[in-house]
Amino acid sequence: MLTDRLLRFILLLPGLDPQGCQTSLIAFVERLRRPKLQTIKEINGRVEQNLTPERQATTEGNFYNEGTPDAFGPGMNTRIQLLRKLSFEAEPSLSIERALHQTAFYKENYGKHSVPVLRALAFLDHCQKKTLYLGDHELIVGERGPAPKVVPTFPELTCHSVEDFHVLNTREQQRYTIRQQDIDRYEKEVIPYWEGRTQRERIFNHVPDTWRLAYEAGLFTEFMEQRAPGHTVLDGKIYSKGMLDFKKDIQDHLDSLDYLNDSGATDKAEELKAMDISCDAVILFAERHADLAEKMAKHEQDSQRKLELLKIAEVCRHVPAHPPRTFREALQMYWFVHLGTITELNGWDAMNPGHFDQHLAPFYIRESAEGSLTREEAKELLCCSWIKINNQTAPPKVGITAKESGTYNDFTNINIGGLKKDGSDGVSEVSYIMLEVIEELHLLQPGTSVHISQKTPNKFLNAATRVIRQGHGYPSVFNPETYIMEMVRMGKSLEDAREGGCSGCIEVGAFGKEAFLLTGYLNVPKILELTLNNGIDPRTGKKVGLETGDPLSFTVYEDLYQAFVKQLNYIVDQKIRVSNYIDTMFAKYAPAPFLSVVIDDCIAKGRDYYNGGPRYNTNYIQCTGLGTVTDSLSTLKKHVFDDKNFSLETLLGAVANNFINDEKLRQTIINRTPFFGNDDDSADDIARQVYEDLLRAIDGKPNTKGEVFHLNMLSTTCHIYFGKVLGATPNGRVAGKSISDGTSPSHGCDVNGPSAVIRSLAKLDQTRSGGTLLNQRFLPSLLKREEDLVRLGSLIRSYFSMGGHHIQFNIVDTATLRAAQNNPEDYKDLLVRMAGYSDYFNDMNADLQQEVIDRTENESF
Amino acid sequence: MNPSLIFDFKRYAINDGPGIRITVFFKGCPLSCVWCHNPESHSTQPQKMYSREKCIGCEDCVTVCAQDACTLTPDGIVTNPEACILCGKCADVCPTKATEMSEKLMSVEEVMREIKKEFLVMDQSGGGVTFSGGEPLMHTELLIPLLDACGEAGIHRCVDTSGFSSPKLMLEVASRTDLFLYDLKLMDSERHKTYTGVPNEQILENLYLLAETGAEINIRIPLIAGVNDDNYNIEQSAIYIASLPGDPKDISLLPYHNMAANKLEKLGQVSCPEPLDKPSDLRTEELLSLFKTHGLNARIGA
Repeated sequence: MLTDRLLRFILLLPGLDPQGCQTSLIAFVERLRRPKLQTIKEINGRVEQNLTPERQATTEGNFYNEGTPDAFGPGMNTRIQLLRKLSFEAEPSLSIERALHQTAFYKENYGKHSVPVLRALAFLDHCQKKTLYLGDHELIVGERGPAPKVVPTFPELTCHSVEDFHVLNTREQQRYTIRQQDIDRYEKEVIPYWEGRTQRERIFNHVPDTWRLAYEAGLFTEFMEQRAPGHTVLDGKIYSKGMLDFKKDIQDHLDSLDYLNDSGATDKAEELKAMDISCDAVILFAERHADLAEKMAKHEQDSQRKLELLKIAEVCRHVPAHPPRTFREALQMYWFVHLGTITELNGWDAMNPGHFDQHLAPFYIRESAEGSLTREEAKELLCCSWIKINNQTAPPKVGITAKESGTYNDFTNINIGGLKKDGSDGVSEVSYIMLEVIEELHLLQPGTSVHISQKTPNKFLNAATRVIRQGHGYPSVFNPETYIMEMVRMGKSLEDAREGGCSGCIEVGAFGKEAFLLTGYLNVPKILELTLNNGIDPRTGKKVGLETGDPLSFTVYEDLYQAFVKQLNYIVDQKIRVSNYIDTMFAKYAPAPFLSVVIDDCIAKGRDYYNGGPRYNTNYIQCTGLGTVTDSLSTLKKHVFDDKNFSLETLLGAVANNFINDEKLRQTIINRTPFFGNDDDSADDIARQVYEDLLRAIDGKPNTKGEVFHLNMLSTTCHIYFGKVLGATPNGRVAGKSISDGTSPSHGCDVNGPSAVIRSLAKLDQTRSGGTLLNQRFLPSLLKREEDLVRLGSLIRSYFSMGGHHIQFNIVDTATLRAAQNNPEDYKDLLVRMAGYSDYFNDMNADLQQEVIDRTENESF
Repeated sequence: MNPSLIFDFKRYAINDGPGIRITVFFKGCPLSCVWCHNPESHSTQPQKMYSREKCIGCEDCVTVCAQDACTLTPDGIVTNPEACILCGKCADVCPTKATEMSEKLMSVEEVMREIKKEFLVMDQSGGGVTFSGGEPLMHTELLIPLLDACGEAGIHRCVDTSGFSSPKLMLEVASRTDLFLYDLKLMDSERHKTYTGVPNEQILENLYLLAETGAEINIRIPLIAGVNDDNYNIEQSAIYIASLPGDPKDISLLPYHNMAANKLEKLGQVSCPEPLDKPSDLRTEELLSLFKTHGLNARIGA
């Protein structure tokens, strides 16, 4: 500012010829304006700022427009605005009610019944006693806790300690409030009973030391150490069958058990009885809501609300006992099943309705033809359901799991569009209404995804890209043709694969027929770190891996790479061993009879969801950091072994020292090495090789249910945790900084534009995974005009025709651009385009960057 | 075939013709428009570009330079243009790519290899390749074989030109081009010469010739306040465009943006002494409606 004024002042001085002296003056003033050049000496040894680049889809966006015209915030009408506001503003808190019921029931009944029947009776008991919630304005009813965003605990899995509660109550982020009297009661009534009896203790008391060392070093995570296996997704069966129909099926199978010839018949009988009881529990839960609604209607003064309450009662008397007859009953049906599942056990990635639009479309089509349901009414009911999902905050995690997945999000993901079971296009009017709901409500939950097959009309794709442009992070975009092929490769029937899709993030499964358990993330760059330290974790000095040889003894790249592969296999085997043990613990101690009712073929087999009951049983290991490990290997290959620009000793020394005093070396690496994501075969071939070896290490290893492990390439938020436990890496990444997410290129390392990124990713044979993940950053200026949205659609179709599985766009906001100014290295991919002119944000000077920031501010949609 | 100077490729180009395109920038231009946003494309000679923001002051370039042309100052590396022979060694050793040479020499095969990477994206989006610059018609020895090779491969070809070339070359290119992006800057030849360094008779004649061949042409008019946004110039432009033979031409009005200063700085040159600006949004809308009153299909933006 000062210098601008100075310039203007100088130009106004009398006697100066403005034309003649202006250029030199500009140069002079420019010089004043600039900070002095930092020398290499000053740069060396500086501590890296901003270790976690903002690439989280759900946290970015331009959609929080100030001064919304609606009194209560976004929403199609006052009802939705108020419900949304309540959901949005409620602070997550803890309820000990479920824990008290569970504990009392176990104390009284443990040992009197088989485990499945005990679990079912405990569930029934809670459904009988649980505090109900029926809020003002609600049309869809039912909460897991006593109110929105009030979260129960699951002491039978993980019993929170008094200290845990104090931490949860007071920490800055992801706080869960709890009253002191509740903590006291928990300490007295809950904690003493569960000591030594929780799933978590059963697991940790039995893991081998080698596993524990690797786990604590951050080589992998374990999802099921404190939660039940999740990723449960439903197909369409609950829209044509009520709980009474399921009970009949169960009875038929009970009646046909052959106790003389089938040695497992008694176990099956117990499991089937448990399923039967759990159906009763959910019916009872609904009936209690009907009673409550009728009671409230009696006292209701507002005649309109009175009618609504009576309607709620009517709906709850019908579903879930019977199959739904209407769009509204279908939504309420799903909601009771959803609540039943997440109340019975705390399953990771709570619960998903699957292809929700496809399930609802027949109801919508029939009722709109009859004239009994308007589009607005349908949309309002969908909004109510959306808000219900947002009300279900994820239960609080502890330990390492809290570090890798500290989020309120319970990852319900609604699949929209895609293909139907018969292979025809699944898009309907309901799909479009859902896009509107996403755009209007922009809530944390549920996550949404659009599924773009070759048969999906461009009209739907364009409608989806318009929502993507808003910058919510959602919906993400999936390719049914690829994931169907993935599932068929894993042995699913074509129909079952087509009915499948993606649950929480990017992982695929056959909806309503499969238990696909995500067992935990694998820190692939950390495995390379162990290899480069001969099995020692340099952070702790402990030996946590295999001795794969002194790295300095490797004379060719192939030696080093083979050592890495050996290390990889060792770590994967550690993980699988314990995963299999945990699976048997769940089958034994924590069956889920209610969930088993709604997943084929648990009833037919008389086996639990956690005990091989489903038609398909997959264990996944999620591999993270492909970009980081590829770029690191590429650095080693090019600079050390091929071009011999520097020795391995030099590089490893710099890495060990976190590149302090080696900024020149680090800059050479990050600017002069082929990195993944640039359509450069010399890096992409390494990525392919690593992917191939990950497949070899994981894919096809047996699980405990007679089936196998598969991999997917997912990171969710774990790449941040994994980065924190990892020292500097050979690709120039400093210690503690997050590793690359999913199959995305390392942060900011893709500098040839999005079409080069998708080409690099398409070189991986994605159909052999259970899902890959690609996050792409876009500046709003690239999506300004309608035809730019069409182009984005073409980019998506291009990637999918190359075999891509998933792509998600983060529309960059001004905060991200400011972060890019502070930490340019992580944002080299930010492309700015204007007519005939193009440049990377990073390559612009501060003034121009400011202009782009200003424009971005103005160009939000 | 001698390699030719290419200064850049841009993938996912969305403003240079239909669909998603790859734009190939040639180096060298007979015009020197004061508002040019690609100043590194003017000279057909290699040029050294330096960004101070990226420089870490390691002095590797100072050490490697046999001519002693580079010096480290508090303002970054300063290159003595008298001593520098543009050998590019400094760019080769620079660890941060703060110093780069503004071009690469490439053969037809090498350029085609880059273009073909975009096949699928071009197919899906109805895109193609756009040759831009600089002035692509200054490089017909490379441009024509490239256009032929693209035609052979079924790739949509677009040429972004100032129109300043011999009519013969223009027609030769036209027979191999699917769409022209044709710049029309100023209708008054004297003023054209003042602002671009060349008169406009040849440009207007070539445009007419092109239109006669039935070529598809999108006319692009940069709008610079006080230079060409007056009613007279716009009227004249509209009348001329309306008089062209063949189908009505699409017109894109491109308000000037001051993006070149950054690049000039890298080239060690000083910005245009006359501060340029785009017309106000209101004025731009007025100009748009002026074209429309002539029955022309105009829009703002590429």
